[in-house]
Amino acid sequence: MIRIANGQGFWGDWLEAPVRLIEQGPIDYLILDYLAEVTMSILQKQKKKDPTLGYARDFPPLIARVERLLRDRNVKVIANAGGVNPIACAREIRRVAPSLKVAVVLGDDVFPRLDEFLAAGHPMRNMDTGAALSTIRDRIHSANAYLGAFPLAEALATGADVVVTGRCADAALALAPMVHRFGWKADEWDKLASGIVAGHIVECGAQSTGGNCQVDWQSIPDLANIGYPIVEADPDGSFSITKHPGTGGRVSSNIIKEQLLYEIGDPKNYLTPDCAADFTTIQLKDNGPDRVRVTGVRGGPRPEMLKLSISYADGWKSIGTLVYSAPQALEKAQAADRIVRARLEQLGLRFDEIYTEFFGVNACHGPVAVPNPNPAEVQLRIGVRGPDRNAVDRFTRELIPLVLSGPPTATGYGEGRPPVREIVAYWPAMIPRELVPAKVEVVE
Amino acid sequence: MKVSLSRIAHGRSGDKGDICNIGVIAYDARHYPLLVREVTAQRVKTFFGDFVKGKVERFELPNLAALNFLLYEALDGGGTLSLRIDAQGKTMSAALLRIEIEVSESELAL
Repeated sequence: MIRIANGQGFWGDWLEAPVRLIEQGPIDYLILDYLAEVTMSILQKQKKKDPTLGYARDFPPLIARVERLLRDRNVKVIANAGGVNPIACAREIRRVAPSLKVAVVLGDDVFPRLDEFLAAGHPMRNMDTGAALSTIRDRIHSANAYLGAFPLAEALATGADVVVTGRCADAALALAPMVHRFGWKADEWDKLASGIVAGHIVECGAQSTGGNCQVDWQSIPDLANIGYPIVEADPDGSFSITKHPGTGGRVSSNIIKEQLLYEIGDPKNYLTPDCAADFTTIQLKDNGPDRVRVTGVRGGPRPEMLKLSISYADGWKSIGTLVYSAPQALEKAQAADRIVRARLEQLGLRFDEIYTEFFGVNACHGPVAVPNPNPAEVQLRIGVRGPDRNAVDRFTRELIPLVLSGPPTATGYGEGRPPVREIVAYWPAMIPRELVPAKVEVVE
Repeated sequence: MKVSLSRIAHGRSGDKGDICNIGVIAYDARHYPLLVREVTAQRVKTFFGDFVKGKVERFELPNLAALNFLLYEALDGGGTLSLRIDAQGKTMSAALLRIEIEVSESELAL
Protein backbone atom coordinates (compact mmCIF):
# COMPACT_ATOMS: atom_id res chain seq x y z
CA MET A 1 0.00 0.00 0.00
CA ILE A 2 1.20 3.50 -0.77
CA ARG A 3 -0.14 6.80 0.57
CA ILE A 4 -0.65 9.65 -1.88
CA ALA A 5 -1.78 13.00 -0.47
CA ASN A 6 -3.00 16.08 -2.30
CA GLY A 7 -2.01 19.36 -0.68
CA GLN A 8 -3.13 21.89 -3.29
CA GLY A 9 -6.37 21.89 -5.27
CA PHE A 10 -5.45 24.98 -7.28
CA TRP A 11 -2.84 27.75 -7.26
CA GLY A 12 -3.91 29.88 -4.34
CA ASP A 13 -5.13 27.01 -2.17
CA TRP A 14 -4.23 26.90 1.55
CA LEU A 15 -0.47 27.32 1.97
CA GLU A 16 -0.38 25.32 5.21
CA ALA A 17 -2.07 22.24 3.75
CA PRO A 18 0.98 20.59 2.12
CA VAL A 19 3.16 21.25 5.16
CA ARG A 20 0.61 19.74 7.53
CA LEU A 21 0.18 16.68 5.30
CA ILE A 22 3.90 15.94 5.71
CA GLU A 23 4.02 16.81 9.42
CA GLN A 24 0.86 15.23 10.76
CA GLY A 25 1.14 11.63 9.65
CA PRO A 26 2.70 9.18 7.22
CA ILE A 27 2.53 9.82 3.47
CA ASP A 28 4.71 8.56 0.64
CA TYR A 29 3.82 11.02 -2.11
CA LEU A 30 2.65 14.61 -1.99
CA ILE A 31 0.90 15.86 -5.12
CA LEU A 32 0.14 19.50 -5.81
CA ASP A 33 -2.10 20.90 -8.55
CA TYR A 34 -1.29 24.49 -9.52
CA LEU A 35 -2.61 24.89 -13.04
CA ALA A 36 -6.04 26.11 -14.03
CA GLU A 37 -6.81 26.68 -17.69
CA VAL A 38 -6.12 30.41 -17.60
CA THR A 39 -3.03 30.07 -15.44
CA MET A 40 -0.94 29.00 -18.43
CA SER A 41 -1.53 32.27 -20.27
CA ILE A 42 -0.54 34.34 -17.22
CA LEU A 43 2.63 32.29 -16.93
CA GLN A 44 3.36 32.61 -20.66
CA LYS A 45 3.15 36.41 -20.31
CA GLN A 46 5.53 36.34 -17.33
CA LYS A 47 8.00 34.21 -19.26
CA LYS A 48 7.87 36.62 -22.21
CA LYS A 49 8.93 39.45 -19.90
CA ASP A 50 11.52 37.39 -18.02
CA PRO A 51 12.79 34.06 -19.43
CA THR A 52 13.58 32.78 -15.92
CA LEU A 53 9.88 32.96 -14.92
CA GLY A 54 6.68 31.27 -16.13
CA TYR A 55 6.13 28.78 -13.31
CA ALA A 56 4.17 28.74 -10.03
CA ARG A 57 6.34 30.98 -7.88
CA ASP A 58 4.81 29.74 -4.61
CA PHE A 59 6.24 26.28 -5.18
CA PRO A 60 10.03 26.63 -4.66
CA PRO A 61 9.58 28.46 -1.30
CA LEU A 62 7.26 25.65 -0.18
CA ILE A 63 9.88 23.04 -1.07
CA ALA A 64 12.56 25.07 0.74
CA ARG A 65 10.32 25.14 3.81
CA VAL A 66 9.82 21.35 3.85
CA GLU A 67 13.21 20.28 2.42
CA ARG A 68 14.38 18.58 5.57
CA LEU A 69 11.02 16.96 6.32
CA LEU A 70 10.86 15.49 2.82
CA ARG A 71 14.26 13.88 3.32
CA ASP A 72 13.64 12.71 6.88
CA ARG A 73 10.28 11.16 6.06
CA ASN A 74 11.15 10.02 2.54
CA VAL A 75 8.25 11.86 0.91
CA LYS A 76 8.37 12.45 -2.85
CA VAL A 77 6.64 15.44 -4.41
CA ILE A 78 4.90 15.61 -7.80
CA ALA A 79 3.62 19.01 -8.90
CA ASN A 80 2.49 20.64 -12.13
CA ALA A 81 4.08 23.84 -10.82
CA GLY A 82 6.38 24.01 -13.85
CA GLY A 83 3.80 25.94 -15.85
CA VAL A 84 5.40 26.98 -19.14
CA ASN A 85 8.94 26.84 -17.74
CA PRO A 86 9.53 23.62 -15.76
CA ILE A 87 13.33 23.84 -16.14
CA ALA A 88 13.47 27.30 -14.57
CA CYS A 89 11.22 26.06 -11.77
CA ALA A 90 13.50 23.06 -11.19
CA ARG A 91 16.61 25.28 -11.14
CA GLU A 92 15.02 27.54 -8.55
CA ILE A 93 14.18 24.49 -6.40
CA ARG A 94 17.78 23.31 -6.67
CA ARG A 95 18.91 26.77 -5.58
CA VAL A 96 16.67 26.99 -2.51
CA ALA A 97 16.66 23.27 -1.58
CA PRO A 98 20.04 22.00 -2.82
CA SER A 99 19.86 18.60 -1.09
CA LEU A 100 16.91 17.42 -3.20
CA LYS A 101 17.07 15.66 -6.55
CA VAL A 102 14.72 17.27 -9.08
CA ALA A 103 13.39 15.82 -12.34
CA VAL A 104 11.24 17.59 -14.92
CA VAL A 105 8.75 16.32 -17.49
CA LEU A 106 8.89 18.29 -20.74
CA GLY A 107 6.96 18.18 -23.99
CA ASP A 108 3.53 19.53 -23.08
CA ASP A 109 4.32 23.08 -24.26
CA VAL A 110 3.39 23.05 -27.95
CA PHE A 111 3.06 26.84 -28.31
CA PRO A 112 6.18 27.03 -30.55
CA ARG A 113 4.91 24.14 -32.69
CA LEU A 114 1.41 25.32 -33.60
CA ASP A 115 2.32 26.45 -37.14
CA GLU A 116 4.07 23.15 -37.73
CA PHE A 117 0.89 21.31 -36.66
CA LEU A 118 -1.33 23.53 -38.81
CA ALA A 119 0.96 23.04 -41.84
CA ALA A 120 0.80 19.28 -41.33
CA GLY A 121 -3.01 19.44 -41.60
CA HIS A 122 -4.10 19.39 -37.96
CA PRO A 123 -6.83 22.07 -37.70
CA MET A 124 -7.04 21.92 -33.87
CA ARG A 125 -10.70 22.88 -34.08
CA ASN A 126 -12.41 24.22 -30.97
CA MET A 127 -14.05 21.14 -29.41
CA ASP A 128 -17.05 23.20 -28.30
CA THR A 129 -17.70 25.39 -31.37
CA GLY A 130 -15.96 23.53 -34.23
CA ALA A 131 -14.14 26.70 -35.34
CA ALA A 132 -10.67 26.32 -36.89
CA LEU A 133 -7.64 27.50 -34.93
CA SER A 134 -6.58 29.70 -37.84
CA THR A 135 -9.39 32.13 -36.91
CA ILE A 136 -7.53 33.09 -33.71
CA ARG A 137 -3.95 32.20 -34.68
CA ASP A 138 -2.51 35.69 -34.14
CA ARG A 139 -4.11 36.07 -30.70
CA ILE A 140 -2.83 32.90 -29.02
CA HIS A 141 -1.02 33.26 -25.67
CA SER A 142 -0.25 29.64 -24.85
CA ALA A 143 -0.82 26.07 -26.03
CA ASN A 144 -0.24 22.97 -23.93
CA ALA A 145 -1.06 19.30 -24.28
CA TYR A 146 -2.43 17.38 -21.32
CA LEU A 147 0.17 14.68 -20.67
CA GLY A 148 -0.60 11.47 -18.80
CA ALA A 149 0.88 9.59 -15.85
CA PHE A 150 3.54 7.52 -17.60
CA PRO A 151 6.11 10.31 -18.14
CA LEU A 152 5.60 11.31 -14.50
CA ALA A 153 6.22 7.69 -13.42
CA GLU A 154 9.37 7.69 -15.54
CA ALA A 155 10.50 10.85 -13.73
CA LEU A 156 9.88 9.17 -10.36
CA ALA A 157 11.99 6.23 -11.54
CA THR A 158 15.04 8.52 -11.76
CA GLY A 159 14.93 8.61 -7.94
CA ALA A 160 13.92 12.25 -7.93
CA ASP A 161 12.65 13.76 -4.68
CA VAL A 162 10.67 16.37 -6.58
CA VAL A 163 9.03 15.90 -10.00
CA VAL A 164 8.06 19.11 -11.78
CA THR A 165 5.76 19.06 -14.77
CA GLY A 166 3.98 21.55 -16.94
CA ARG A 167 0.45 20.76 -18.12
CA CYS A 168 -0.72 17.24 -17.38
CA ALA A 169 -4.10 15.75 -16.57
CA ASP A 170 -4.85 16.66 -12.94
CA ALA A 171 -5.72 13.09 -12.04
CA ALA A 172 -2.46 11.82 -13.59
CA LEU A 173 -0.56 13.34 -10.66
CA ALA A 174 -2.14 10.71 -8.39
CA LEU A 175 -1.94 7.86 -10.90
CA ALA A 176 1.79 8.34 -11.52
CA PRO A 177 3.06 6.95 -8.19
CA MET A 178 0.80 3.89 -8.62
CA VAL A 179 2.19 3.22 -12.10
CA HIS A 180 5.70 3.70 -10.74
CA ARG A 181 5.41 1.58 -7.61
CA PHE A 182 3.01 -1.13 -8.79
CA GLY A 183 4.46 -1.49 -12.28
CA TRP A 184 1.08 -1.12 -13.98
CA LYS A 185 1.21 -1.51 -17.77
CA ALA A 186 -0.15 0.99 -20.28
CA ASP A 187 -3.04 -1.35 -21.20
CA GLU A 188 -4.19 -2.37 -17.71
CA TRP A 189 -7.25 -0.19 -18.19
CA ASP A 190 -9.14 -1.16 -15.04
CA LYS A 191 -6.20 -0.41 -12.76
CA LEU A 192 -5.37 2.81 -14.58
CA ALA A 193 -9.00 3.89 -14.43
CA SER A 194 -9.04 3.17 -10.71
CA GLY A 195 -5.99 5.38 -10.22
CA ILE A 196 -7.66 8.10 -12.27
CA VAL A 197 -10.79 7.90 -10.10
CA ALA A 198 -8.56 8.25 -7.03
CA GLY A 199 -6.95 11.26 -8.67
CA HIS A 200 -10.32 12.81 -9.52
CA ILE A 201 -11.47 12.41 -5.92
CA VAL A 202 -8.44 14.18 -4.44
CA GLU A 203 -7.57 16.68 -7.19
CA CYS A 204 -9.66 19.44 -5.65
CA GLY A 205 -8.00 19.08 -2.27
CA ALA A 206 -10.33 19.47 0.70
CA GLN A 207 -13.47 19.19 -1.46
CA SER A 208 -13.16 15.46 -0.72
CA THR A 209 -12.71 15.92 3.03
CA GLY A 210 -15.68 18.10 3.91
CA GLY A 211 -14.94 21.42 2.21
CA ASN A 212 -17.70 22.93 0.02
CA CYS A 213 -19.94 20.10 1.15
CA GLN A 214 -23.75 20.30 1.24
CA VAL A 215 -24.24 17.27 3.46
CA ASP A 216 -25.04 18.65 6.91
CA TRP A 217 -22.27 21.21 6.50
CA GLN A 218 -22.73 22.79 9.92
CA SER A 219 -21.86 19.50 11.61
CA ILE A 220 -18.52 19.07 9.85
CA PRO A 221 -15.88 19.51 12.56
CA ASP A 222 -13.06 22.03 12.67
CA LEU A 223 -12.90 23.30 9.09
CA ALA A 224 -10.18 25.69 10.31
CA ASN A 225 -7.88 22.69 10.60
CA ILE A 226 -9.32 20.61 7.79
CA GLY A 227 -7.26 17.58 6.80
CA TYR A 228 -6.47 17.30 3.10
CA PRO A 229 -7.16 13.99 1.34
CA ILE A 230 -4.96 10.93 1.31
CA VAL A 231 -5.29 7.97 -1.07
CA GLU A 232 -4.20 4.62 0.34
CA ALA A 233 -3.63 2.73 -2.90
CA ASP A 234 -3.29 -1.01 -3.29
CA PRO A 235 -1.53 -2.83 -6.16
CA ASP A 236 -4.82 -4.31 -7.46
CA GLY A 237 -6.24 -0.82 -8.08
CA SER A 238 -8.59 -0.63 -5.11
CA PHE A 239 -7.98 2.19 -2.68
CA SER A 240 -9.23 4.06 0.38
CA ILE A 241 -9.70 7.78 0.83
CA THR A 242 -8.86 9.13 4.26
CA LYS A 243 -7.17 12.03 6.08
CA HIS A 244 -4.74 12.28 8.96
CA PRO A 245 -6.23 11.47 12.42
CA GLY A 246 -6.96 14.53 14.53
CA THR A 247 -7.46 16.87 11.59
CA GLY A 248 -10.72 18.69 10.86
CA GLY A 249 -13.23 17.91 8.16
CA ARG A 250 -14.87 14.60 7.34
CA VAL A 251 -14.50 11.73 4.88
CA SER A 252 -17.72 9.86 4.12
CA SER A 253 -19.24 8.21 1.07
CA ASN A 254 -21.71 11.10 0.64
CA ILE A 255 -18.84 13.56 0.47
CA ILE A 256 -16.87 11.39 -1.94
CA LYS A 257 -19.96 11.11 -4.18
CA GLU A 258 -20.23 14.91 -4.36
CA GLN A 259 -16.63 15.11 -5.49
CA LEU A 260 -16.98 12.22 -7.96
CA LEU A 261 -19.75 14.16 -9.68
CA TYR A 262 -17.79 17.42 -9.68
CA GLU A 263 -17.00 18.77 -13.14
CA ILE A 264 -17.60 15.57 -15.07
CA GLY A 265 -19.45 14.97 -18.33
CA ASP A 266 -20.62 11.52 -19.47
CA PRO A 267 -19.84 9.38 -16.41
CA LYS A 268 -19.41 6.22 -18.51
CA ASN A 269 -16.61 7.80 -20.50
CA TYR A 270 -14.35 9.99 -18.37
CA LEU A 271 -11.47 10.52 -20.79
CA THR A 272 -7.89 11.00 -19.71
CA PRO A 273 -4.57 10.67 -21.57
CA ASP A 274 -4.04 7.24 -19.97
CA CYS A 275 -7.46 5.55 -20.18
CA ALA A 276 -11.20 6.04 -20.18
CA ALA A 277 -12.80 5.55 -16.75
CA ASP A 278 -16.37 4.35 -16.24
CA PHE A 279 -17.75 6.16 -13.18
CA THR A 280 -20.88 3.98 -13.23
CA THR A 281 -18.76 1.03 -12.05
CA ILE A 282 -17.39 2.72 -8.91
CA GLN A 283 -18.34 1.02 -5.63
CA LEU A 284 -18.03 3.00 -2.39
CA LYS A 285 -18.16 1.73 1.16
CA ASP A 286 -17.83 3.62 4.43
CA ASN A 287 -15.09 1.72 6.17
CA GLY A 288 -14.51 3.18 9.61
CA PRO A 289 -14.32 6.80 10.69
CA ASP A 290 -13.15 9.18 7.95
CA ARG A 291 -12.38 6.32 5.61
CA VAL A 292 -14.11 5.29 2.36
CA ARG A 293 -13.14 2.20 0.40
CA VAL A 294 -13.33 2.39 -3.42
CA THR A 295 -13.45 -0.76 -5.55
CA GLY A 296 -14.78 -2.13 -8.82
CA VAL A 297 -13.63 0.60 -11.19
CA ARG A 298 -13.62 -0.46 -14.85
CA GLY A 299 -11.74 1.30 -17.59
CA GLY A 300 -11.25 1.29 -21.33
CA PRO A 301 -8.56 2.17 -23.87
CA ARG A 302 -6.89 5.55 -23.88
CA PRO A 303 -7.86 7.97 -26.65
CA GLU A 304 -5.69 8.32 -29.76
CA MET A 305 -5.77 12.09 -29.42
CA LEU A 306 -4.44 14.23 -26.60
CA LYS A 307 -6.37 17.26 -25.43
CA LEU A 308 -4.83 20.66 -25.98
CA SER A 309 -5.42 23.65 -23.77
CA ILE A 310 -4.95 26.80 -25.83
CA SER A 311 -5.45 30.31 -24.47
CA TYR A 312 -6.01 33.41 -26.57
CA ALA A 313 -6.86 37.09 -26.26
CA ASP A 314 -10.58 37.67 -26.76
CA GLY A 315 -11.27 41.32 -26.05
CA TRP A 316 -11.70 43.33 -22.88
CA LYS A 317 -14.03 43.42 -19.94
CA SER A 318 -14.75 45.36 -16.80
CA ILE A 319 -17.20 44.92 -13.95
CA GLY A 320 -18.24 47.82 -11.73
CA THR A 321 -20.40 48.06 -8.62
CA LEU A 322 -22.40 50.55 -6.57
CA VAL A 323 -24.41 49.90 -3.40
CA TYR A 324 -27.89 51.26 -2.64
CA SER A 325 -29.51 51.06 0.80
CA ALA A 326 -33.13 50.58 1.80
CA PRO A 327 -35.76 51.84 1.41
CA GLN A 328 -36.38 50.71 -2.16
CA ALA A 329 -32.80 49.46 -2.53
CA LEU A 330 -33.63 47.26 -5.52
CA GLU A 331 -35.68 49.94 -7.28
CA LYS A 332 -32.80 52.42 -6.90
CA ALA A 333 -30.26 49.95 -8.23
CA GLN A 334 -32.54 49.13 -11.18
CA ALA A 335 -32.93 52.84 -11.96
CA ALA A 336 -29.14 53.33 -11.81
CA ASP A 337 -28.70 50.41 -14.22
CA ARG A 338 -31.09 52.05 -16.70
CA ILE A 339 -29.21 55.36 -16.43
CA VAL A 340 -25.81 53.76 -17.07
CA ARG A 341 -27.16 51.87 -20.09
CA ALA A 342 -28.78 55.04 -21.47
CA ARG A 343 -25.53 56.98 -21.13
CA LEU A 344 -23.52 54.22 -22.84
CA GLU A 345 -26.10 54.20 -25.62
CA GLN A 346 -25.88 57.99 -26.05
CA LEU A 347 -22.09 57.70 -26.32
CA GLY A 348 -22.61 55.23 -29.16
CA LEU A 349 -20.45 52.62 -27.45
CA ARG A 350 -20.83 49.06 -28.69
CA PHE A 351 -20.26 46.00 -26.53
CA ASP A 352 -20.67 42.28 -27.12
CA GLU A 353 -22.55 42.17 -23.86
CA ILE A 354 -23.74 44.31 -20.96
CA TYR A 355 -24.72 42.16 -18.00
CA THR A 356 -26.37 43.36 -14.80
CA GLU A 357 -26.80 41.56 -11.50
CA PHE A 358 -28.43 42.80 -8.32
CA PHE A 359 -26.37 41.47 -5.47
CA GLY A 360 -28.51 40.41 -2.55
CA VAL A 361 -31.45 39.74 -4.88
CA ASN A 362 -30.49 37.62 -7.90
CA ALA A 363 -26.73 37.53 -8.53
CA CYS A 364 -26.05 33.84 -7.94
CA HIS A 365 -29.33 32.30 -9.06
CA GLY A 366 -30.78 34.79 -11.52
CA PRO A 367 -34.49 34.28 -12.17
CA VAL A 368 -34.70 31.25 -9.86
CA ALA A 369 -33.32 33.03 -6.78
CA VAL A 370 -35.24 32.87 -3.50
CA PRO A 371 -37.42 36.03 -3.47
CA ASN A 372 -36.04 38.87 -1.33
CA PRO A 373 -38.77 41.53 -1.47
CA ASN A 374 -37.29 44.16 0.87
CA PRO A 375 -33.48 43.87 1.05
CA ALA A 376 -31.56 46.13 3.45
CA GLU A 377 -29.16 46.93 0.64
CA VAL A 378 -28.48 45.90 -2.93
CA GLN A 379 -25.24 45.99 -4.84
CA LEU A 380 -25.63 46.92 -8.48
CA ARG A 381 -23.05 44.96 -10.47
CA ILE A 382 -22.72 45.83 -14.15
CA GLY A 383 -20.24 44.14 -16.45
CA VAL A 384 -19.38 44.86 -20.08
CA ARG A 385 -17.19 43.07 -22.58
CA GLY A 386 -16.19 43.73 -26.13
CA PRO A 387 -13.33 44.02 -28.61
CA ASP A 388 -12.77 47.78 -28.13
CA ARG A 389 -10.60 48.54 -25.12
CA ASN A 390 -11.46 52.25 -25.26
CA ALA A 391 -15.17 51.54 -25.06
CA VAL A 392 -14.66 49.32 -22.01
CA ASP A 393 -12.45 51.97 -20.44
CA ARG A 394 -15.13 54.62 -20.96
CA PHE A 395 -17.67 52.35 -19.27
CA THR A 396 -15.50 52.29 -16.12
CA ARG A 397 -16.07 56.07 -15.82
CA GLU A 398 -19.87 55.85 -16.01
CA LEU A 399 -20.67 54.40 -12.57
CA ILE A 400 -19.24 56.77 -9.97
CA PRO A 401 -20.97 59.90 -11.36
CA LEU A 402 -24.26 58.31 -10.28
CA VAL A 403 -23.32 58.88 -6.65
CA LEU A 404 -24.23 62.56 -7.20
CA SER A 405 -26.38 62.41 -10.30
CA GLY A 406 -28.47 59.26 -9.85
CA PRO A 407 -30.95 57.76 -7.39
CA PRO A 408 -30.38 58.52 -3.69
CA THR A 409 -28.21 56.64 -1.14
CA ALA A 410 -25.50 55.32 -3.47
CA THR A 411 -22.33 54.21 -1.69
CA GLY A 412 -19.64 51.56 -1.90
CA TYR A 413 -17.51 53.31 -4.52
CA GLY A 414 -14.38 53.57 -2.35
CA GLU A 415 -12.23 51.46 -4.66
CA GLY A 416 -12.66 53.99 -7.47
CA ARG A 417 -13.02 52.99 -11.10
CA PRO A 418 -12.99 49.25 -11.80
CA PRO A 419 -9.99 47.92 -13.74
CA VAL A 420 -10.16 47.00 -17.44
CA ARG A 421 -9.00 43.44 -17.89
CA GLU A 422 -7.98 41.54 -20.99
CA ILE A 423 -10.13 38.48 -21.58
CA VAL A 424 -7.99 35.40 -22.00
CA ALA A 425 -10.31 32.80 -23.42
CA TYR A 426 -9.84 29.05 -23.49
CA TRP A 427 -9.76 26.98 -26.67
CA PRO A 428 -10.01 23.21 -26.13
CA ALA A 429 -8.70 21.15 -29.07
CA MET A 430 -7.16 17.78 -29.96
CA ILE A 431 -3.86 16.62 -31.42
CA PRO A 432 -2.63 13.08 -32.28
CA ARG A 433 -0.68 11.85 -29.28
CA GLU A 434 2.34 10.71 -31.27
CA LEU A 435 3.03 14.34 -32.17
CA VAL A 436 3.58 15.23 -28.52
CA PRO A 437 6.34 13.04 -27.09
CA ALA A 438 7.20 13.64 -23.44
CA LYS A 439 10.76 13.86 -22.20
CA VAL A 440 12.19 13.43 -18.70
CA GLU A 441 15.28 15.31 -17.51
CA VAL A 442 17.09 15.39 -14.20
CA VAL A 443 18.08 18.98 -13.43
CA GLU A 444 21.50 19.39 -11.83
CA MET B 1 -47.40 15.61 -1.73
CA LYS B 2 -44.76 18.11 -2.72
CA VAL B 3 -41.38 18.16 -0.99
CA SER B 4 -38.22 20.05 -1.68
CA LEU B 5 -35.61 18.05 -3.57
CA SER B 6 -33.14 19.02 -0.85
CA ARG B 7 -35.07 16.77 1.56
CA ILE B 8 -33.85 13.61 -0.20
CA ALA B 9 -30.79 14.76 -2.14
CA HIS B 10 -27.62 16.82 -2.00
CA GLY B 11 -25.38 17.98 -4.80
CA ARG B 12 -22.37 19.80 -6.15
CA SER B 13 -21.93 21.88 -9.28
CA GLY B 14 -19.11 23.25 -11.37
CA ASP B 15 -18.13 24.22 -14.89
CA LYS B 16 -16.52 23.11 -18.10
CA GLY B 17 -16.38 26.26 -20.18
CA ASP B 18 -19.95 27.41 -20.77
CA ILE B 19 -21.37 24.07 -19.59
CA CYS B 20 -22.47 23.81 -15.98
CA ASN B 21 -22.59 20.34 -14.46
CA ILE B 22 -24.78 19.54 -11.48
CA GLY B 23 -24.48 16.29 -9.58
CA VAL B 24 -27.62 15.35 -7.63
CA ILE B 25 -27.19 12.56 -5.10
CA ALA B 26 -29.81 10.74 -3.03
CA TYR B 27 -28.97 10.72 0.68
CA ASP B 28 -30.39 7.21 0.78
CA ALA B 29 -30.01 4.90 -2.24
CA ARG B 30 -33.64 3.77 -1.80
CA HIS B 31 -34.72 7.23 -2.93
CA TYR B 32 -32.75 7.02 -6.17
CA PRO B 33 -35.78 5.87 -8.23
CA LEU B 34 -37.58 9.03 -7.09
CA LEU B 35 -34.74 11.14 -8.48
CA VAL B 36 -34.89 9.27 -11.77
CA ARG B 37 -38.66 9.74 -12.00
CA GLU B 38 -38.94 13.33 -10.79
CA VAL B 39 -35.77 15.16 -11.78
CA THR B 40 -35.84 14.80 -15.54
CA ALA B 41 -33.68 16.81 -17.94
CA GLN B 42 -36.83 18.65 -19.07
CA ARG B 43 -37.73 19.52 -15.49
CA VAL B 44 -34.28 21.01 -14.93
CA LYS B 45 -34.44 22.96 -18.18
CA THR B 46 -37.87 24.33 -17.30
CA PHE B 47 -36.79 25.27 -13.79
CA PHE B 48 -33.81 27.36 -14.89
CA GLY B 49 -35.69 28.93 -17.81
CA ASP B 50 -33.74 31.73 -19.53
CA PHE B 51 -30.85 31.38 -17.12
CA VAL B 52 -29.75 28.33 -19.14
CA LYS B 53 -29.76 29.10 -22.86
CA GLY B 54 -28.95 25.64 -24.22
CA LYS B 55 -30.13 22.08 -23.72
CA VAL B 56 -29.96 19.97 -20.57
CA GLU B 57 -28.60 16.42 -20.67
CA ARG B 58 -28.97 13.85 -17.91
CA PHE B 59 -26.76 10.86 -17.05
CA GLU B 60 -27.62 8.14 -14.53
CA LEU B 61 -25.22 6.69 -11.96
CA PRO B 62 -27.27 4.05 -10.10
CA ASN B 63 -24.11 2.81 -8.36
CA LEU B 64 -23.85 6.17 -6.57
CA ALA B 65 -27.63 6.78 -6.40
CA ALA B 66 -26.89 9.93 -8.35
CA LEU B 67 -27.72 11.87 -11.51
CA ASN B 68 -25.38 14.10 -13.46
CA PHE B 69 -26.82 17.03 -15.41
CA LEU B 70 -25.04 18.99 -18.12
CA LEU B 71 -26.53 22.45 -18.67
CA TYR B 72 -25.33 23.95 -21.96
CA GLU B 73 -24.80 27.68 -22.51
CA ALA B 74 -25.51 28.06 -18.82
CA LEU B 75 -22.76 30.39 -17.63
CA ASP B 76 -22.94 33.50 -19.83
CA GLY B 77 -20.04 32.25 -21.95
CA GLY B 78 -18.24 30.61 -19.05
CA GLY B 79 -14.68 30.88 -17.79
CA THR B 80 -13.08 34.29 -18.29
CA LEU B 81 -15.71 35.44 -20.81
CA SER B 82 -18.61 35.33 -18.36
CA LEU B 83 -19.67 38.52 -16.59
CA ARG B 84 -21.58 36.62 -13.91
CA ILE B 85 -20.49 36.56 -10.28
CA ASP B 86 -20.91 32.77 -10.37
CA ALA B 87 -19.12 32.23 -13.67
CA GLN B 88 -18.13 28.71 -12.58
CA GLY B 89 -21.64 27.62 -11.62
CA LYS B 90 -20.58 26.80 -8.06
CA THR B 91 -23.97 27.73 -6.62
CA MET B 92 -26.18 26.17 -9.30
CA SER B 93 -26.65 22.90 -7.38
CA ALA B 94 -28.03 24.82 -4.40
CA ALA B 95 -30.58 26.44 -6.71
CA LEU B 96 -31.67 23.14 -8.25
CA LEU B 97 -32.13 21.49 -4.84
CA ARG B 98 -34.95 23.95 -4.20
CA ILE B 99 -37.28 22.41 -6.79
CA GLU B 100 -40.32 20.63 -5.46
CA ILE B 101 -40.93 17.03 -6.36
CA GLU B 102 -44.17 15.08 -6.18
CA VAL B 103 -43.92 12.01 -3.95
CA SER B 104 -46.19 9.95 -1.75
CA GLU B 105 -45.57 9.47 1.95
CA SER B 106 -44.89 5.77 1.48
CA GLU B 107 -42.25 6.54 -1.14
CA LEU B 108 -40.52 8.90 1.27
CA ALA B 109 -40.60 6.47 4.19
CA LEU B 110 -37.49 4.37 4.58
